[in-house]
Amino acid sequence: MSATPLLELRGIDKSFGPVQVLRDVALSAYPGEVTALVGDNGAGKSTLVKCISGIYPTDAGKFLFDGRPVSINSPRDAASLGIEVVYQDLALCDNLDIVQNMFLGREKRSGIVLDEPTMEQMAAETLAGLSVRTVKSLRQHVSSLSGGQRQTVAIAKAVLWNSKVVILDEPTAALGVAQTAQVLELVRRLADSGLAVVLISHNMNDVFAVSDRIAALYLGQMVAQVKTTDITHAQIVELITAGRTGTLGLTADTGGNGNGSAPAGPQHRGGMA
Amino acid sequence: MSTTAVKQEGPATVASAPTIGSHVRGYFRRVRGGDIGALPAVAGLLVLCTIFSIMRPSFLTAGNFANLFTQGAAVTLIAMGLVFVLLLGEIDLSAGFASGVCAAVLANVITVLGHPWYVAVLAAVLTGLVIGTSLGLLVAKVGIPSFVVTLAGFLAFQGVVLLLMEEGRNISVRDPVLVAIANRNLPPTLGWALAALAVAGFAAVQLLRYRKRAARGLINDPLAMVLARIGVLAVVLGVAVYVLNLERSRNVLISSLKGVPIVVPIIAVLLVIWTFVLQRTSYGRHIYAVGGNKEAARRAGINVDRIRISVFVICSTMAAVGGIVAASRANSVDPNTGGSNVLLYAVGAAVIGGTSLFGGKGRVLDAVLGGAVVAVIDNGMGLMGYSPGVKYVVTGVVLLLAASVDALSRRRAAATGNR
Repeated sequence: MSATPLLELRGIDKSFGPVQVLRDVALSAYPGEVTALVGDNGAGKSTLVKCISGIYPTDAGKFLFDGRPVSINSPRDAASLGIEVVYQDLALCDNLDIVQNMFLGREKRSGIVLDEPTMEQMAAETLAGLSVRTVKSLRQHVSSLSGGQRQTVAIAKAVLWNSKVVILDEPTAALGVAQTAQVLELVRRLADSGLAVVLISHNMNDVFAVSDRIAALYLGQMVAQVKTTDITHAQIVELITAGRTGTLGLTADTGGNGNGSAPAGPQHRGGMA
Repeated sequence: MSTTAVKQEGPATVASAPTIGSHVRGYFRRVRGGDIGALPAVAGLLVLCTIFSIMRPSFLTAGNFANLFTQGAAVTLIAMGLVFVLLLGEIDLSAGFASGVCAAVLANVITVLGHPWYVAVLAAVLTGLVIGTSLGLLVAKVGIPSFVVTLAGFLAFQGVVLLLMEEGRNISVRDPVLVAIANRNLPPTLGWALAALAVAGFAAVQLLRYRKRAARGLINDPLAMVLARIGVLAVVLGVAVYVLNLERSRNVLISSLKGVPIVVPIIAVLLVIWTFVLQRTSYGRHIYAVGGNKEAARRAGINVDRIRISVFVICSTMAAVGGIVAASRANSVDPNTGGSNVLLYAVGAAVIGGTSLFGGKGRVLDAVLGGAVVAVIDNGMGLMGYSPGVKYVVTGVVLLLAASVDALSRRRAAATGNR
């Protein structure tokens, strides 16, 4: 781990009433890398994302952004740091066109009049910067786009604002094979352009195709964060389903009754890296 | 790290510049895909006018043409406000009687209390503002469905009109300025001047936008298309002003009757203002966003509640303007002002014009086009001598027809993935 992480979480706890959803979670996202966040249903992936994006307040733990401690108490805080989240349900308006969607809520204006030429130009530049060539016209309604194109627009919307960290929640869940490949290529390009990308996915093929690191959540605990090249498909599946594999994850003695015990500490993060 | 390579074909984001041919093809593709826009209104207008002209030659006279404007004005104004509410997928059933309440306030202030006309107009518009704010707060903050809130308003305002009228007496409005709105005409030269101003203004806006976009190297509509739009507006306005400037009086020696009704420029100015708000400001953009996907709008940082309240305010305020025009046209306000079919006509006008009842789609121009259709039906059937019963049935059927077109085109759009 040479570089400092752009976004680092330490000891994040989060409970909803009596249910502890996140337990001492640590996560690092490095610039120029795709960090895959994997875990079974209910492992706490979405909760973790909502904590990062400021939708949920955390009970304990701290955020480091570029090495500095920061507090994220609202989506506005996250956005001002440069953290953008692309949600699973995309949050696009079908009745607006691509440019209108990308600038929704942050329209460029000259006086009180919308500055359409500037917005259209910026949108075109952003899409061109992401090497997106599949969109016919920037002025077509989002409803006429395919699933992959909609995902592309949602991602382009997230990177339009000089964001530094982009979190993608299951971006390929509803896509076909070709469109999945397109979106994954786009994800890779985001990282290559220097952003820290956090990719949440259920699909191991996607994870191994684009990620540099994999972070595995198991029942609200971060059981491992390792380099993708240092781990196999089968080991990840084991981490997701059992919380440990070989020397990784919850240690054997605590792993047996893992829920109540101290979680995997920093010694496990990075693992064999 | 291996990346997934994908062959992406096709040119860059910027496709080839559209030609007139591609525009026409694109239009037909959109229509087939369920995005029919104002097509039913324009087609309906042509068909209805043809039928009525053949069956009653008196329909196609300058006098009747002028009547259409003054008859349809109040409904059109109310429909313009309703477009905003419909854009959010909400409904305002109280708009008709809200206009009645505002008209009653107007009549009371000017005739009973004896204040000048501008005080009365201000009082009526303020009444509209208050009504709209209350409705909006109940819908957005308390969370009652707009259908229920405005249905309650529909009943309550009916009662308020009766109370303001002291149990059913009607109050006459004699103020020359107010009466002039729907009963007097512009001098012919002023009509021509305003029409020329409108065309020049439209041309300036269109050409300026064309130049600005061309300077940035953005895709532009072909210049011929822009010029054609300006030409169509010039022809339509020119013909309308020419016909309205013809002598309509039966006996010129007694009195001369010609010129554009004063209410026409009032509608035109409001049409321009509201179109500007909806299409060219971020507030308007946010209305479309909330109507299209409320959750997306919320996540984009748009204050959804404020947008929802504001559209009811606009709707009731426009209803107040409609009420003022109705009072002017009738020279009086009675307990039925804004009642009977006014609301249905207004909703029908917006929907016939192409505004969707499901939200997210519509323009202020729709209200004017639809208002013209409704006025033609009402006027033509009156000339044919049908009873009020038949009129009500036909209007109801037309509203159903428009709603069906809306629902079916929406289904077709969903099937073809087009809007």
